[in-house]
Amino acid sequence: MLRLSRLWAWVFLGLLIVFFVISVPIWSGGSVNFLTVRNSQNILVAITPVLLLGLGQTFVIISAGIDLSVGWVMSLASVLSALAIRAAYNAGLPLFPSVVAGFAAAVVGAGAVGFINGVIIAKLKVPAFIVTLGTSFIVRGVSLLMSENTTVIGLPEGIRAYGNESLFYSIRGEGGGFYFLAPPELTGEMLRRMDRILPYPVIITAIVVAIAIFILRKTQFGRHTYAIGGNIEAALRTGIPVDRHIIWLYIFSSVTAGIAGFLSTLRFTAGSAVIGDPLLLSSIAAVIIGGVSLFGGAGSVVGTVIGSLIIAVLTTGLVMLNVQSFWQFIVVGAVVIIAVLIDQSRDLIMGRGRTG
Amino acid sequence: MPEPLLSIRGMTKRFGGLVAVNDVSWDVYAGEVVALLGDNGAGKSTLIKCVSGVYQPDDGEIAFYGKRVHFARPIDARAAGIETIYQDLALANNLDVGANIFLGREAKKRYLGGLIKTLDEQFMMRESRAALEALEIYFPSLDEPIESLSGGQRQAVAIARAVYWDAKLMIMDEPTNNLGVPEQHKVLEIIRKLRDSGVPVILITHTLPDVFAVSDRLIVMHRGRKVTEKKTAETSTEELVQYMVGVRDDTRVQ
Repeated sequence: MLRLSRLWAWVFLGLLIVFFVISVPIWSGGSVNFLTVRNSQNILVAITPVLLLGLGQTFVIISAGIDLSVGWVMSLASVLSALAIRAAYNAGLPLFPSVVAGFAAAVVGAGAVGFINGVIIAKLKVPAFIVTLGTSFIVRGVSLLMSENTTVIGLPEGIRAYGNESLFYSIRGEGGGFYFLAPPELTGEMLRRMDRILPYPVIITAIVVAIAIFILRKTQFGRHTYAIGGNIEAALRTGIPVDRHIIWLYIFSSVTAGIAGFLSTLRFTAGSAVIGDPLLLSSIAAVIIGGVSLFGGAGSVVGTVIGSLIIAVLTTGLVMLNVQSFWQFIVVGAVVIIAVLIDQSRDLIMGRGRTG
Repeated sequence: MPEPLLSIRGMTKRFGGLVAVNDVSWDVYAGEVVALLGDNGAGKSTLIKCVSGVYQPDDGEIAFYGKRVHFARPIDARAAGIETIYQDLALANNLDVGANIFLGREAKKRYLGGLIKTLDEQFMMRESRAALEALEIYFPSLDEPIESLSGGQRQAVAIARAVYWDAKLMIMDEPTNNLGVPEQHKVLEIIRKLRDSGVPVILITHTLPDVFAVSDRLIVMHRGRKVTEKKTAETSTEELVQYMVGVRDDTRVQ
């Protein structure tokens, strides 16, 4: 269901890339290029947490809800997975089962928060904004308590590979080559010429994105998500189990945030109770730029992917142009508002009311 | 005399001190359109909500197909084959025609022994087209969100959905409200078609021209009571207005 009217987002992304491809070499006098393998991979790594938070959010907002707790849920999952990996490893488990234990802790812990959000929203009819605002504070407190207000360290060094190694390695220039799975033993100058292509976090995120696209487009669950956002009365009257569906939506939202927390623990070999908070608003911005209507009923996962890419390309490109970081915020903020303006004027031009 | 399909006996519904529906008895037979008339607040909607399971009557009973029924929830009435089409239609405007006709009852394809189920869009689209064509409704495209359709077309989608899911009795609440004149005619035409296919229609309205255009019989309510029951051919606008405002009342004559 790729709507042609969302074409502008693709075009905008394309224009941004073209702009930076031209301007970055000019600004640096030819010494820096924008569209390099390394930079593209950096952008992909940078968007994984924002995108994962945005995925669940996409479903929730399409159903006309909102989940403000995902940032802190990501932090909670980071702490929980770090504690679980450390405990499992120290108890004598090998590395891989320890990592699996960390994953389970992240998903179950995050899922529990989503379940609580969903039950209070669906059964007790408290507005989603308020419930998830409340749980985000609670989760924040719990994460800081569990991490004893510090970074959870002492994790086995081996997990660094899970969070940072990649599927392919390419070494540029002399004596270069292309490697699969295992990086060659390199030092010094050669190491600097090595690019990591498709890091594991990117692959895991891509899998979650593919699953999310499939669920939203192809399954009854996705259809009901749109129906609830479009007209909850109609959903109720046609016998859709609306309460149960809403609970699953918030569980899904928390679980994608939990996966983001788990991946950040692997990436930094540490659990952090504050890692997710700054990402919440970026993830909502990505969802909105991607064309999900805050009124519910409209939007897509692909849109959110594009929204995340637009934000990441913008911020990376501005950094490479040596633009001071506050300008990034100003530009991203303007893009969010312009995106919604474009969507609204499209609705106006096409003679419709708000989409769903 | 054939068995009535729907038979209401002595139905009463109170809200605190207000008697919204007062001892109403009424039969509906297969293949007829019965109009339910009355001014605002006469109790039409309350009576219908008691039939469709939205409200529980305080007194009286309902028989459907000769069997006594009790609908605790609207979904129970629908399961029995009583479909109510409200003014707001219960459609999701952001979804296409097929999605709306199958809303909540989506057709699915199964993979890996039912482990993975996907929507069977082709089947739903095919069936939706057939359901609409059976009512002689034709849309240029079925895969656009229905927000691009007119009010009458949406009405048609709601009716086609009810028919597709085997409605045995259709209740329509002011179906021609807010429609343009050609659209009104189309909806009335669909109502006739429903009757001809054997599905009785209860038409709640206070648009008298509609009553004379499609209904076979009618009842008029005033202040919660049924004040008359007539064949449409044997009455006139003037007479009906007198019943609706309470000047005439058959129960008083008795």
